Amino acid sequence: MGLARATGILLGKELRTELRSRELVTTTAVFVLLVIALFSFTFDPSSAESRRFGPGLLWLAFLFAASLMLQTCFLREQANDTLSGLRLCVGDPFAIFLAKLAANALFLLLTELLLLPVFSVLYNLPILRVWPSLVLVLLVGDVGICLTGTGMAAISAQARMRELLLPLLLLPLLTPVLIASTEATAALLSENPVLRWDWLGILLAFDGVFLTVLWLFGEYLLEE
Amino acid sequence: MTLGDSAVGLRCSQLEKRFGNLVALRRVDLEIAPGETVVLAGHNGAGKSTLLRLAAGLTRPTSGRVFIGTAEVREPGSARAVGFLAHQTMLYDELTAKENLVLFAKLLGVPEPVRRAENLLAEAGLGERGDSLVRTFSRGMRQRLALARALLSRPRVLLLDEPGTGLDAGGLAWVAGTLHELHRDGVTTVMSLHSQPELAAVATRAVRLQAGKVAADSAAGQALDAVLGMGAC
Repeated sequence: MGLARATGILLGKELRTELRSRELVTTTAVFVLLVIALFSFTFDPSSAESRRFGPGLLWLAFLFAASLMLQTCFLREQANDTLSGLRLCVGDPFAIFLAKLAANALFLLLTELLLLPVFSVLYNLPILRVWPSLVLVLLVGDVGICLTGTGMAAISAQARMRELLLPLLLLPLLTPVLIASTEATAALLSENPVLRWDWLGILLAFDGVFLTVLWLFGEYLLEE
Repeated sequence: MTLGDSAVGLRCSQLEKRFGNLVALRRVDLEIAPGETVVLAGHNGAGKSTLLRLAAGLTRPTSGRVFIGTAEVREPGSARAVGFLAHQTMLYDELTAKENLVLFAKLLGVPEPVRRAENLLAEAGLGERGDSLVRTFSRGMRQRLALARALLSRPRVLLLDEPGTGLDAGGLAWVAGTLHELHRDGVTTVMSLHSQPELAAVATRAVRLQAGKVAADSAAGQALDAVLGMGAC
């Protein structure tokens, strides 16, 4: 079976199980909502401060929320050893990663799209005029977070202290994504909005490198 | 892997598996002919489950090799030739019984996956519960469904880790009947057992593992019942 077909079948499974439980999107959305609301209450930002700190705060919230969300993606497969079941059936284990990556990026993007209007109101930052560019930055940034996060989640799921291990592995690795996403978002939310292709290029390069790493070494991450 | 219709057996050559300092299997040599139904007996920790997981390709051996037919395990294409029932069910609680079987059937490339799933559900006595979520199933029902999953691709080699777990008398009779049919069709079956004489009765050969080594083998002239411990395997 081809990689694309196996990935499609597995992605369908990921979406179906999440649609039934709604655990990931709900908990991630509530977490991000709490973070951005609490920050807005604590320092009551003016418009200039919001432009300066808002994008970084937003991406930090997304990053922490993603580390919570990604934690479960391989732990769920351990409940009944379903990961072994998948490994027995899927010719190319990369399909398992691709499906989880696509599902995680989709869930994270959905959460962000739900919460951006709340962020816009609380921080008084207009987002409607830059909406398409902002979605592009979110998408490329999310893929970077989920690519690294899915690989690290596969490692941490097999370790003791797994709840602590994933953020410890993930957050330092995602520093380039955090910086580039924040800068690209800040440029879009500035008084003279512009899509910064240089930062977007860094994000795309990061995505390309980690996708290649996952393709080359993903099989070993799934082994017992 | 090239699969002859009935020419697929299993061979372990100097197979060894260590988990840190613990030696689970010690240089095991075992040759199982095509069509044999073999019971792996032995106490807890004897190495039965480890041997089955190595044969399924889920774990890499520390040293030695496993062959299904003529192909070394882990070569692409071995998945459809091997059906594996593990100690855990490998089923998604959030999916229905039918969705689980259709998912794995599609991944295995089984033709007409929905029909195949429906047929297996009916055979397993779960036809009425096909649209129920697996999380609502009892342990015995899950075990029946797990065995149905292992049979999806009509494998030529079937590896069963304690297939009688959680099954009532009806379930055990169904598994025994299925194993009889598979034996008649030339399928090679290797199963680990703990005190299920109904299933042990199906065996054509018994191998006893002890501390990771083959301690007794009915193929070496010992009586099958003696190797099994007269039903107390």
